[in-house]
Amino acid sequence: MSAETTSAVGPVEGERLYDVDNPAPLIEPPRKRTKKSPKTARTNFELYGWLFMRLSGIVLVVLVLGHLLIQLVLDGGVSKIGFAFVAGRWASPFWQTWDLLMLWLAMLHGANGLRTVINDYAERPTTRFWLKNLLYTATVFTVLLGTLVIFTFDPNIR
Amino acid sequence: MATPTLDKVEDAKPASAPSPYITVTFRIRRYNPEISSEAEWQDFPIEIDPKERVLDGLHKIKWETDGTLTFRRSCAHGICGSDAMRINGKNRLACKTLIKDINPEKPITIEAIKGLTVLKDLVVDMDPFFQAYRDVMPFLITKGNEPTRERLQSAEDRERFDDTTKCILCAACTSSCPVFWNDGQYFGPAAIVNAHRFIFDSRDEGGEQRLEILNDKDGVWRCRTTFNCTDACPRGIEVTKAIQEVKRALITRRF
Ligand code: SF4
Ligand code: FES
Repeated sequence: MSAETTSAVGPVEGERLYDVDNPAPLIEPPRKRTKKSPKTARTNFELYGWLFMRLSGIVLVVLVLGHLLIQLVLDGGVSKIGFAFVAGRWASPFWQTWDLLMLWLAMLHGANGLRTVINDYAERPTTRFWLKNLLYTATVFTVLLGTLVIFTFDPNIR
Repeated sequence: MATPTLDKVEDAKPASAPSPYITVTFRIRRYNPEISSEAEWQDFPIEIDPKERVLDGLHKIKWETDGTLTFRRSCAHGICGSDAMRINGKNRLACKTLIKDINPEKPITIEAIKGLTVLKDLVVDMDPFFQAYRDVMPFLITKGNEPTRERLQSAEDRERFDDTTKCILCAACTSSCPVFWNDGQYFGPAAIVNAHRFIFDSRDEGGEQRLEILNDKDGVWRCRTTFNCTDACPRGIEVTKAIQEVKRALITRRF
């Protein structure tokens, strides 16, 4: 490892770590493209996911804005909300369907969005795996719990 | 590197011809794995006419100051696509960027394009980029017997994919895409542009296969319409629009 040849960076103190025969390891970008294009994931999943985001987005604009309007603005605003108010609304199948639809669409829309964010930002396979696991668990739990409450709600619970 | 002859000429008629030369600092991201595992910025002050291109400045440095500076270039006229680099944070061709257009008052930063392995200074490993290109089968696919005459095409049919025929495979678009920076498995804009060129060619019969390939989980659906690729393309190709057209073709094919 003699420093016979002068380097562009100039003389370095002590022994150099890297030279022509022993170059530094190259820094590869995250998830570098594999040699052959993987044939595995040729499904329509991403196509339907992409379409679902657009369609559910449009429906959610109506559902969520309507929800906020009813809950926060009309009829005395937020102060009217209480057990009786919720019980009254869920007595009608219309509001049950509205809330159920909003729950499912919002949760799936949000979960798919976060899945995309994880795909875009998490670099290491283990990080990706655990973040997605956490996301899916939380989504399934919230959707199931919400659905259960909407269908088994008992106004005489008190 | 004074140029005596020019100075003399100026002395002769001082008022009428001011020197076109100004001092510009090129701040270049140097990396040499044979010396260090770290990349570092190095400043090169050069005397240059601002009407020259960034590539001329790089040549001046390589030929007169530091011969170890490494970069790719071939045609020097925006045709071969070998000198895409990140100049002042934007992907451009060094041979198509005039120094006067990118504010020579401040140091001009030059670094390798992002998302690909840097081999030395401004040279990156283009293999993953060309792998994605090859994966979309960028060649004419037809069925049946070869015709005895030329395959004819109307002017309108040719116009349909005219924009995407201009690609020079410089990788400026793909290496400007934030999705590609974090996930090299994404095909990237350049591969999709070159698939678009054949998918919408009336003479080609392999469109179905190519659409199937781009329907992959790392295909067109990973595009976030960031528009970085359209901004970066030195040929002025509407890259994001081409990607959207492929998406639309995939959806109308299904429904
Ligand atoms: S589409 Fe434009 S930026 Fe992308 S590789 Fe082709 S010429 Fe370069
Ligand atoms: S050197 Fe050929 S495109 Fe710039």
